[in-house]
Amino acid sequence: MRLLVEGLSARRGEDLIFNGISFSLAAAEALVVTGPNGSGKSTLLRVLAGLLHAETGRISLKDGPAGFEHPHELSHYLGHRNAMKRELTVEENLSFWQRFLGNSPGGSGLDPAAAAAAIGLAGITHLPFGYLSAGQQRRMAMAKLLVAYRPIWILDEPTAALDAGADRLFAGLVTSHLERGGIVIAATHQALGIGQSKTLQMTGFSH
Amino acid sequence: MSLFFRDLKLSVRAGGGAMIGVLFFMTVVSVIPFGVGPDLNLLSRIGPAILWIGALLASLLGLDRLFQAEREDGSLDLMLMHETPLILTVFVKCAAHWAATGLPLVVASPFLGLFMNMDELAIGATVLTLLAGTPAITFIGAVGAAVAVALPRGGLLVSILVLPLAIPVLIFGVSAVYAAVEDPAPFLPSFMILMAITLFFAVIGPVAAAAALRHSAD
Repeated sequence: MRLLVEGLSARRGEDLIFNGISFSLAAAEALVVTGPNGSGKSTLLRVLAGLLHAETGRISLKDGPAGFEHPHELSHYLGHRNAMKRELTVEENLSFWQRFLGNSPGGSGLDPAAAAAAIGLAGITHLPFGYLSAGQQRRMAMAKLLVAYRPIWILDEPTAALDAGADRLFAGLVTSHLERGGIVIAATHQALGIGQSKTLQMTGFSH
Repeated sequence: MSLFFRDLKLSVRAGGGAMIGVLFFMTVVSVIPFGVGPDLNLLSRIGPAILWIGALLASLLGLDRLFQAEREDGSLDLMLMHETPLILTVFVKCAAHWAATGLPLVVASPFLGLFMNMDELAIGATVLTLLAGTPAITFIGAVGAAVAVALPRGGLLVSILVLPLAIPVLIFGVSAVYAAVEDPAPFLPSFMILMAITLFFAVIGPVAAAAALRHSAD
């Protein structure tokens, strides 16, 4: 499987926030998107996730599973917001997303308890999500990546609000996802510590 | 299916607001007899209309949160990305919203009918028309909620957008009840039109709401 992006540009209001972004990612490759605040990292990820329209350019998938034209159908998107309900328990949140998202072809997700164990927070899945601290909430949002299998992970500032231990744990998750042949695209300010990766430097506004 | 039960659970948990609509309905209907005065004939004559107006306003109450809550915590992004047709997701959310807020109104209406000195036939007809008509209000409301999803104070705007479209539901609902109570007018034609409106909006509503949600994405 290969993710191809050619000549991508996107508009925020009047101005093009970036243009001419091209890259290609094969299975087991990671792309780290860096750049100053407001340089369009989040916008790029939202375009890749199919949540914003690209002004020009093409996103396509080569040699992917049949029946999926857009890569976003095979992607997990972890944005700034955690997409978990404060009123429901962690267990209810995770099993809802597991059933709602389903697995992409070629893999299967962990059950919610195992996913919570994988991010080092086993034993508190019975608590309402709103009771957890900001860092624990972020880690539980990562557990969402594990309950349903998706080959492509699109991560926007995944390690904000995490301590050093959770950073390493997360690097381990990303590495094992890459070893299984996944693709990771992450926007970040901190080093992710995942060894080999391509980088894309966003420069910001062009008029 | 899992979305349906998740939304039901959310609406009965703290801050979900399932009971707010019923409480509002009860408040509106129970103050009417005090305002109108102890004229039993007048009360039983305006009873069906008051129940319908109360139910309409009560079901508009919680609609603005239908998609806004999902947007605020980022869940809406994942729903937009998912390959399940968005129309189906919207439809299921509407069904869950109706089961959590519309159905309690239907259940509460016979008791409130007693406040209005309505006879059994009128109460029965009101319950039946509310059962057939309130889903239409939810489906129409979903369109308004989807349009106003990005607005921080969209609540009143949703009601104003939705109200003109919900007027036919009110008209045919009330006229079906009066037709059942008063002899010469037949009950079925109005009731059939009410059902037709509900079915029509059950199809149009999710399509329009899904289109509005796609364009609201930022």
